[in-house]
Amino acid sequence: MLTAVDLAFGYRGVRVGGGVNLAIAPGEVFCLLGPNGCGKTTLFRTLLGLLPPHAGRVELDGKPVAAFSRAEFARRIAYVPQAGAPTFPFSVADVVLMGRASRIATFAAPGPADHAAARAALATIGIAHLAERRFSEVSGGERQMTLIARALAQEPGLVVMDEPTASLDFGNQARVIAQVRALGARGIAVVLSTHDPGQAFACASRVALMRRGEIVSLGRPTATLKPEALRALYGVDVTVAWLEPAGRRVCIPTLE
Amino acid sequence: MSRAAFRAWVIPLALLAAVLLVSLVVGRYPVGPGDVLRIIAAKLGGEAADVPETAATVVWQVRLPRVAAGLLVGAALAGSGAVFQGLFRNPLVSPDILGVSAGASVGAVTGIFLSLPVVAIQGLAFAGGLGAVAIVAAVGTAARGRDPVLVLVLAGVAIGALLGACVSLVKVLADPYDQLPAITFWLLGSLASTTRGDVLSIVPAIVLGLVPMVLLRWRMNLLTLDDEEARALGVETTRLRLVLIAAATLLTAAAVSISGIVGWIGLLVPHVARSLAGPDFARLLPVALMLGGGYLVAVDTLARCLAATEVPLGILTAAIGAPFFLWLLIAARQAWR
Repeated sequence: MLTAVDLAFGYRGVRVGGGVNLAIAPGEVFCLLGPNGCGKTTLFRTLLGLLPPHAGRVELDGKPVAAFSRAEFARRIAYVPQAGAPTFPFSVADVVLMGRASRIATFAAPGPADHAAARAALATIGIAHLAERRFSEVSGGERQMTLIARALAQEPGLVVMDEPTASLDFGNQARVIAQVRALGARGIAVVLSTHDPGQAFACASRVALMRRGEIVSLGRPTATLKPEALRALYGVDVTVAWLEPAGRRVCIPTLE
Repeated sequence: MSRAAFRAWVIPLALLAAVLLVSLVVGRYPVGPGDVLRIIAAKLGGEAADVPETAATVVWQVRLPRVAAGLLVGAALAGSGAVFQGLFRNPLVSPDILGVSAGASVGAVTGIFLSLPVVAIQGLAFAGGLGAVAIVAAVGTAARGRDPVLVLVLAGVAIGALLGACVSLVKVLADPYDQLPAITFWLLGSLASTTRGDVLSIVPAIVLGLVPMVLLRWRMNLLTLDDEEARALGVETTRLRLVLIAAATLLTAAAVSISGIVGWIGLLVPHVARSLAGPDFARLLPVALMLGGGYLVAVDTLARCLAATEVPLGILTAAIGAPFFLWLLIAARQAWR
């Protein structure tokens, strides 16, 4: 559904990366790994049509992304940004309701159907009890859950998440990754970036390794996340092993 | 009725009604509240009221236009303040800080200097205000990478100083016996000489400015988010932002063109409104309008009753607004967080 062809991307006047070829299939969880500053966020912003491509193209269902109105695009693709602090004290329910923007006419306010969709999204993510709390006062993990609920209220086919587990504690990282898996199980494709290769084993159907703006390797996690590849990517020795009690592979740095 | 709706409607409405009535009752020539209501009812019904002719004249010809002007100007400044605070994602900006008021006063003072009709003064005030906010916003964009709030405020201060110099230039050039007193008094802010014609002349601009705010009452919430976040949610941010900035500037310019510079309302009132109604703009806007109108009518009533001579409005609003602002800076961070 979302494809990038020979895509070069960057800011105005500054090329960050290039040569990106991707095709995200419906319902798959696609994980992007790479060191800090390698261009993951810039690539995401280009995929979302927030930055124009430097070269190549980004297409949604075969149509260039620029041909969609923001609302048309938002009905298909949702974005979960890194949670910042909001300026005004909106409630969690207000924030989730904002996910309905692309389905509400410009001059209208949310109707009963929109409120119901927001409530359903909150319930699905399991944070209905937070609805009346201020978004600015809930914990970092709850804030991330709120933004995922907002993306769900958008009823998209694909959710793009920029480092959804960044600056979360251990338990909340696990909860977010569980939600990513649940989205995929519900048939909603997810593209996410993360700093923890182990998370790719836990949730992703495909993984891409990115280095200095280029995708150096792409494939199934078991085939792509090899110790040598991770060493080349991060510059540290890495152990990848099957962990029987967890029922999946894990990935940890080997410390001398 | 829910507690939230009570706070958002009943409290401001009750305050507003009380302020309006008191303002029509008190003054050099006292008229009882009953008489005030009878006079208004009679005038609206087209009959003669059973009250002294002087009382009817004072209420209908003198106080009512002034109260109406206070209501409109206060509501306009508070409404535009609420919009600017949302658009610039900063509860400390206001038409004053963004240079809109300064730009509008350059336009209006030039209009007075050229002895132009009121509509032309409004037009010039609008152009000046829009120009100022455009420059401030452009500086904010160009200085990307620094604290955006700080950049906006500093740009507003610099542009405000520059525009203040322009105003001073016009004052130097103005006729010292005729235009200069008018300009000076106008810069201090006053509703003392407001006529019914003045009030009616700004109604179209105020309605025109309010229409997009009412229509975009819910979208406005999305514009308080990070720009890319709002676009990813499906909002055409650039277009909506321009429309709302123009609307808020129009409101400020219309207000400034009849009242002169009345500072601080656009900063202070949206804060109080937010603490009553919450951040949802659909609820915030009517509360800000009611409180702004009521606040200015109250301050204007003080201005004409406090001393034997009329105290200029701008002096009173600054005397109340500036300490409030400082208190916000120091103590009340949670008021908007």
